[in-house]
Parts: sequence; C-alpha cells; structure tokens
Amino acid sequence: MLDWNAEIRKQLAGLNLAPAREAEIVEELAQHAEDRYRELESGGASESEARRAVLNELTGHELLAAGLRGVERTDAPEPAALGAAGKGNIWAGIGQDLRYGFRTLRQSPGFTTVAILALALGIGANTAIFSVVNGVLLQPLGYPNPAQLLKIYETTPEFSYASVPYLDYLDWRNSNRSFSDLGIYRNDDFNFTGAGEPEQISGEYVSASLFPVLGVAPLLGRAFLPEEDRPGAACSVMLSHRFWQRRFGRDRNIVGRRFALNAASCVVVGVMPESFRLRDAAQVYVPLEVWNSPELRMRGSSPGLMVIGRLKPGVTATAARAEMVSICQALARQYPATNVAHGAAVISMKDDIVQSIRPTLLLLAGAVGFVLIIACANVANLLLARSTARKREFAIRAALGAERARVVRQLLTESVLLSVGAGVAGLLLARWGMSLVLAAVPGSLPRSGEVGIDLYVLLFTLIVSIVTGILFGLAPAFHSANANPQESLKEGTRGAGGGRHRAESVFVAVEVALAVILLSGAGLMMQSVWRLLKVDPGFNAHNVLTMQVALSPKVMASPSGIRLAYRQILSRVTQVPGVQSAAIASLIPLGDSDSEIPFWQGTGPQPPPDRTKLAMFTIITPDYPKVMELPLRRGRFFTERDNLASPPVAMIDDVLARHLFPGQNPVGQRLSLMVVGPVEIVGVVGHVKHWGLDSDDGSKIRDQIYFPTMQVPDKFMADGVTGLTLLLRTESEPMSLVSAVRAQVAGPTRDQPIHAVQTMEQIVSTSLAERRFTMLVLMIFAATALLLAAVGIYGVMSYAVTRRVHELGIRAALGASRQEIVRLVLREGMRLAAIGLGFGLLAALALTRLLADLLYGVRPADPPTLLAVTVLLGGIALVACYIPARRATAVDPVVALRSE
Amino acid sequence: MEEQAIDREWKKGSAELLLLSLLEAVPRHGYEIGKLIEQRSQGALTFHAASLYPLLYRLEKRGLIQGRWVEKSGQRRRRYYQLTAKGRKVLAAQKQGWERFVEAISRVTRVENA
Repeated sequence: MLDWNAEIRKQLAGLNLAPAREAEIVEELAQHAEDRYRELESGGASESEARRAVLNELTGHELLAAGLRGVERTDAPEPAALGAAGKGNIWAGIGQDLRYGFRTLRQSPGFTTVAILALALGIGANTAIFSVVNGVLLQPLGYPNPAQLLKIYETTPEFSYASVPYLDYLDWRNSNRSFSDLGIYRNDDFNFTGAGEPEQISGEYVSASLFPVLGVAPLLGRAFLPEEDRPGAACSVMLSHRFWQRRFGRDRNIVGRRFALNAASCVVVGVMPESFRLRDAAQVYVPLEVWNSPELRMRGSSPGLMVIGRLKPGVTATAARAEMVSICQALARQYPATNVAHGAAVISMKDDIVQSIRPTLLLLAGAVGFVLIIACANVANLLLARSTARKREFAIRAALGAERARVVRQLLTESVLLSVGAGVAGLLLARWGMSLVLAAVPGSLPRSGEVGIDLYVLLFTLIVSIVTGILFGLAPAFHSANANPQESLKEGTRGAGGGRHRAESVFVAVEVALAVILLSGAGLMMQSVWRLLKVDPGFNAHNVLTMQVALSPKVMASPSGIRLAYRQILSRVTQVPGVQSAAIASLIPLGDSDSEIPFWQGTGPQPPPDRTKLAMFTIITPDYPKVMELPLRRGRFFTERDNLASPPVAMIDDVLARHLFPGQNPVGQRLSLMVVGPVEIVGVVGHVKHWGLDSDDGSKIRDQIYFPTMQVPDKFMADGVTGLTLLLRTESEPMSLVSAVRAQVAGPTRDQPIHAVQTMEQIVSTSLAERRFTMLVLMIFAATALLLAAVGIYGVMSYAVTRRVHELGIRAALGASRQEIVRLVLREGMRLAAIGLGFGLLAALALTRLLADLLYGVRPADPPTLLAVTVLLGGIALVACYIPARRATAVDPVVALRSE
Repeated sequence: MEEQAIDREWKKGSAELLLLSLLEAVPRHGYEIGKLIEQRSQGALTFHAASLYPLLYRLEKRGLIQGRWVEKSGQRRRRYYQLTAKGRKVLAAQKQGWERFVEAISRVTRVENA
C-alpha cells in the first residue's frame, strides 16, 4: 500500500489547520486516493501510471489547497482534544482537557467512585488532622499581640509549674520592669441565685488588671475598676457571652442588674465578647479580692492562682525570664520560711496551652501522611490498570501527532480532577469525622473550640488535592504516554508490559509496609490504654456517682449551718433507693484539681522549709473510704465522733506511712499540718493514684493525708463550700439515680443545685482522654490503611489473574490441578505481601519509638504487637489473594486458549 | 481549453445541486459520490478529489450535510455524508430553481429554433 498521507500532508501544510482537523482530512483523502488507485490499477494502468494519475487528481494545480483554504481557513483553530495543541501557551486547551477529563471519568463511574472514595479517605484524614493542627498549634490566640502574652508560674522543688501565691504575685507586679502589667486569676464554682432557677456555675476570680493585660474590652459595660478589686470591696461581676445569652437572653440592659453569687449580692458591670475564651467553662468573672479568703494573705499558699503578663514592647521573653528569676531570688532571701528554692517559669501563653499536645499532634500528622500515600498508591494502581485498557486511545493520539507532554498533561488533568473531587468529599468527611472523634473523647484537646474548617484548611485541602493528583497521576501518565503506538495498535486490548507490572507491585508492597506501621502504632496505643484501664487506681470506680453540690445561700451564713447542711444532704441521699453510702470530699482522684498541705512530723513548731514536706490533702466525711472502697491497712476510718469536740485526727496513706514511719506503726503517732495544727494519726489506708493512672508513680508528691470535714476550723469552713464533691456508691447503674439524688440534694427550699454529674468510671476514662484520642485516631487510620491495602492487593491479583488467563489455561490443559493453580496465584500475591510486611516491620521498629512517651506498660518494639500485626495483615492479604486465585481455577482451558 | 472552462463554469453553478441530490436518498462517502457523478453523466462531468472534498466540507460547514465516520468490518473506516434537514430544504429550493432555469432557457432556445 502506498503512503498517501505524506503527500496529502504536504498539500495541507500551508493551511495551518488544527491538528485534529488536519488528521481527519488526511485520513479521508488518503482513503479516497487508495480507492482511486485501485480502480485505475484494475483498469489496467501500471503501478506508476496509476500513482501519477491519482497524485495529479489530488494535488494538481494546487486546487485542493485553494479549495480548502476557502473553507477551512475561516475556522478558528479548533483546540485539540486529543493532545496536540499548539505549542507556546501551556494553558491553551486546559478547558478542553477538563471537559474531556470529566467525560472520561463519567464514562467509568465504577472506577471513578472507587478512586474518589480512596482518595477522599486519605485527603479527609489529612484535612481533619490539619484542621486540628491549624486550630490548636498554628492559629495565634485570640488576643491582640498574642506573642507578648506570657504565663508565669512559680517553680518549687516539687513542681516545675506551680500556681502562684497571691502575695508573691503582688511583689512580682510591683518590682518587675519587663511587663507592662500582670494579671492573676483562679477558677472556682459559684452558687448562682436570685435570678430565676438557682444554678451551680463555674467562674473565674480575676484581678482588675487581667482583662487590660489580655487586651480584651467588654462587649457591654466596662471592665473591673482597681477599687472593685480591693479587700472589702462589694461584689461586682462580669458575664461571659454564653452565660449572658443563656440566662439573660442577651438583655442589653443587663449592666446594673443584681443577682447573688455564693449568697453575696453582686452587681453586673459588663459582658465579655463572644470570642473571649480564658477557659471555656467560665460563666462569670468576679474580682479576686472579693473572694476574701485568708489564703490570699498567706505567702505559703497558692490556691490555684495563675499569672499572665504582657511584655513591654521591645522586651524579650528571655529578658523577662531573667528578671523574674532575680526577683524570686530576692523574695527567697526576704521570706526564707516560704520562698526558699522557689523560682519562676515564664513561657508563652500559647505554648502553655498547647505544648503538651504538640508532640501527639505532630505524630498524628505524620501518621496521616501515610494514609494519604497508601490512598495514592491505590489510585495509581487503578490508573495503571485503566491505562492498559486505554492503550489504544493513547496510541491513536500519538499516531495523530499528539505530543507526549500534551498527553501527560491530559492524564494529569484527569487525576487532578479526581483528587479535587475527592478533596471536596474529604472535606465533608473531615468535618464529620473530626466532630465524631472530639465528641467521643471530650477534653482530649486544648483549644478544641477553635478546631474547624477555615480558609487555611480549605487552602490546605486544595493544595493537598492538587499535589496528590499530580503525585499519583505521574507514574500512570508517563507509562501511558510512553506507549509505542504501533505496538499498542497491533496488540489490541491485550496488554502486557513488564514495567507496569513492576510499578504496580512496588505500590502494593509500599501500601502493605505503611499499613504495618500504622497498625503497629495503633496496636501499641490500644495495648497502652488497655493496660492503663487495668491499673488499680487504689479505689473501686465501678458504681460510683460524683457531682458538685452548691449549698443554699441561707445555710452559708454560719459554719455550723454549713456543717448541718452537709449532714442533712448525706442523710437524705443515703435514703434514695439504690444508694449504699454517701460522702462529701474536697477532691476527687484523677480529676483536674489537687490540693497540697505542708506537714511535718511531731508537734513542734514548723521546721525550715527544706524539712517541711507536701502531701495531697483531702477533706472527707466518714463514709468516704466506704464509697471509694479504700483498703484499711491499720487503725480505723473516721467516724461521726471525729468532730470539733474531739481532738483533731488524720488518716494517712501507706506511702506516707512508709516514708515517715518505716517499720513502725503510724497509728497513734502525731503530725503537724500547716494552718490546721497537730493531728493524731488514727488510720492508714491504701494509696490512691490521684495524679493519673500512669503518672502517679513518677510524681513528686505521693504522700496523702485525709482530714475529717467536721474538724475543719470555722474560719476555713466557708472556703470548702464551693467546689465540694458529693460521692455515692450505688447498687446499680449510677446514672439512673441522678434525678432522685438531685431532688434530695435540692432540699425543701429547692435552692441547692448539683452540676458536673459524672460517674467515677467516666472520670477515670477522661483522665486518659489524650491517649484515647491518639489511640482512636490511629485506629481509624490503621483501619483505613488496612482496607486500602486489602483493596490494593485484591486489585493487583485480580488483574494478574486476568493477565495470565492464557498461561493458566495452558497449565490447566496440561493437567495442573486446581490446588496447583491456586497455589501459583497465591504465591505471587503473598510474595508482594511478604516484601511489604518485611519492610513495614523494619520501619515500624524505627518509627514506633516516636510513640514511646505515649505508651504505658509496653515497649515500642513489642514482639506480640508486631506478631499480631503480621498475622492480621498476612491473613487479610491471603484472603485478598485467595478470591482471585479461586477465580483462576474457574478458567476453562478452551476458552482461555481461544481468547488468544 | 474552452470546453474545459465551460465545464468548470457549469459545474460551479450546479455542483451543489448535484452533490445534494446524490445524498438525498442514502448517505454516501466521497469516493462514491465522485464515481456516481462520473457514471451517471457518462463521463461528461468529473469531480476529482481536489475539488470534490473542499465542496463537501463547505456544505458540511453550512450545515446542509453531515459527515460521520463509519467502520465496516474488514474495511478501513470511511466518512459518510448525509443530508441534514436544512440540506433537504435547500435541495428542494435549488431543484425548483434549476427546473425554472432550464424551462426558461429551453423556452428561449425553442423560439429561436422554431
């Protein structure tokens, strides 16, 4: 056959036709020329005569070019769908590429759905983690010039970050030159009455300087005046936006109104803006001096006071730190009894909030990257399989003159379309998934209120989607663009291609390896959490109900009134059917509060600070050990007879007993407690892991002292009123008793509300919130990875079986048994899985070390975990290979051979 | 030379009509159209590819005909042209015009001959 194409092309050369149009005309005219040539030849013309005649008719007198010029030149050059656009502008025809991409993807909805789902999982997980990283770590705090805000703690031999005694704070404030001002605050619970339903609310005592330091102006009214924060000042109050909205329906005339907090009448002076979040739960703000507690006048006492300072412009945090240290040294010289070895720790306010969670979030950000890589490998494999089916299409394009780069661009456009589609789905998935996880593990994240989808997150998702699309699209695109047109057209649809197969195998091995890493991480976290839940906290959390109680304003007038109210509440709730015993305590283990008291042996005067120790100090009513099921080691528990009329007594835990009285019986010995005075030890109980199931063993203050509520001196009685906890041991599900208990606590006057109702088991579980969050997120990632890897292996093996139908047919024809064929296919698949497992285990050994700080009771390279991961993944790989292998045995040799 | 010039003039006026009427009943490809014109005119009219295809493309562009690639087994694919609805209307109008033209000519020449 003669090649007419070249001649015709030569004729068309001057016309500058769009490549696709030119290709069409060439094809049509060549067909015509061929027909004409055959006609002339069969009419008896010689080969050369016929050829000359055809050429003459076709191209004589430039007629063709002239004729076409009139028709075709008027056309605007048509953008080439097939990848042969004009050179120069790289963006030319991108719209065409997009339209074409859409059409192609719509034509194979199955492929498109699977690819988008896989990518949406990957991109969604990344978006979710980024939204957390963004909200928690990256976004500045919502105050003006947040970098100037520093948190200042006191350091003590026991604590690297301790709360600050008020008197120290006043000295710091007066003597420093680094800060434009300091502010101080402490959270507390308030009994809110006098404006509708009484309620126990959480609030904050703040210095008048705090809001100016933070730089936040009230939405309504004004901030506190310095004279409102002086000893003896009448109570003024500012409301949080939420409280204003919830209790006062955003009444804009709220300023000047009065209600009662802890029975004291307070006047509203302002409302804070909605965006203000010193602490999410805070509903009201009250000047610190209104608290009027004797503890404010004791240099040795720091009742949860937190200090924030704003640096003067131009002063660095380092300089401020140095100045604070020297101020503390001066105070230590001036007040050796209380301040020896006390210093100051100065850290940025943002670090203070997020530094503990930062390593966890960065770890998760790394892990989630693996999920995306797995998803990419999966989709790249799908695209590779598809590119084989589309080989003919690319070959035709290449034959028609499409440039390689142009075909690559078309394919990348398709993959970016896929990934952007997946990005949109992923965004929804992220939003939904993140709120589920945060709801599943409340309290696990600081600043969790700021986690959400904002512009940065959208931008991140867009960039990740596009980069992802290009990443997973590159290999298949180049593979397709490199196809040799002649080979492909000849081969028809039966593709081979060793290179493709190799790439696919590598992708699958990588997927398996990454899945191993994620599964190992999740496995280790699950083990840690499981082991922690098995740790004996020193008490029995099962069937214990806890709640915060506020006393009626009427009983708070006198210490004896308060004591009576305690007794009445306890006797009423014990009568609720299902309640076995009830107690009131000043602290709950594993909660977020603690209270330490300085103590020393004997009844002498307080020794120098270095011989004074600190113990966890819990004030309890007699039945507390019964409710918590504390084991009694020696002596006795408190009884009703331990009251103001009898000598002061205390119980200690076995840790303190070992420290202070090694080899002796502590019962009958004497201790002195600061403020309280000398006490006699009447009992020794088991140690309670107050600081945390994992961290208690390593904490500096482990000694524990219990003191009877009814022996608390009058002047401290009112302090214990707020934030006291009622604990009940119940016969059945504790939460089912809440409404009956609520009614009994409320009393005849119905003005003693309860709040923060939790079971002890919930408190234990919340104390593990951060770990459970990490575990849950890693489990989700690992499950996704497992699913994607299984789909990946299955896809590759299915394709391998299809590709080998012919070979398997021959084997079957030659007498291979079903088992032999199954084994053959399994061997190929399991070889890939084994390679992936091998590399994955090696990588897991290296990478799980990053988890070390989050693990409990299990080492990063834990053989049982790694073994379990290997067995699980191996098993899933086996199933994923077995299904295609079974199908291979169904190959009919005759059909397989005929398909050749 | 003169004869060829006349031929070309004639063709120019009538080519559209010829092509459209050949496509009136069935879709045909370019080579077939050229062949039919030659056969039916008993060699008096010939359209070579160089003039036939530009004309087809022009008609297609004007929306009178539409080309479509058709693949038949064992053959290379060919482009078949068929009349569009618009083409059908134009053909009817041209046929009528042509008939009036021929009628007019023959009336004039008949008078001279008579």
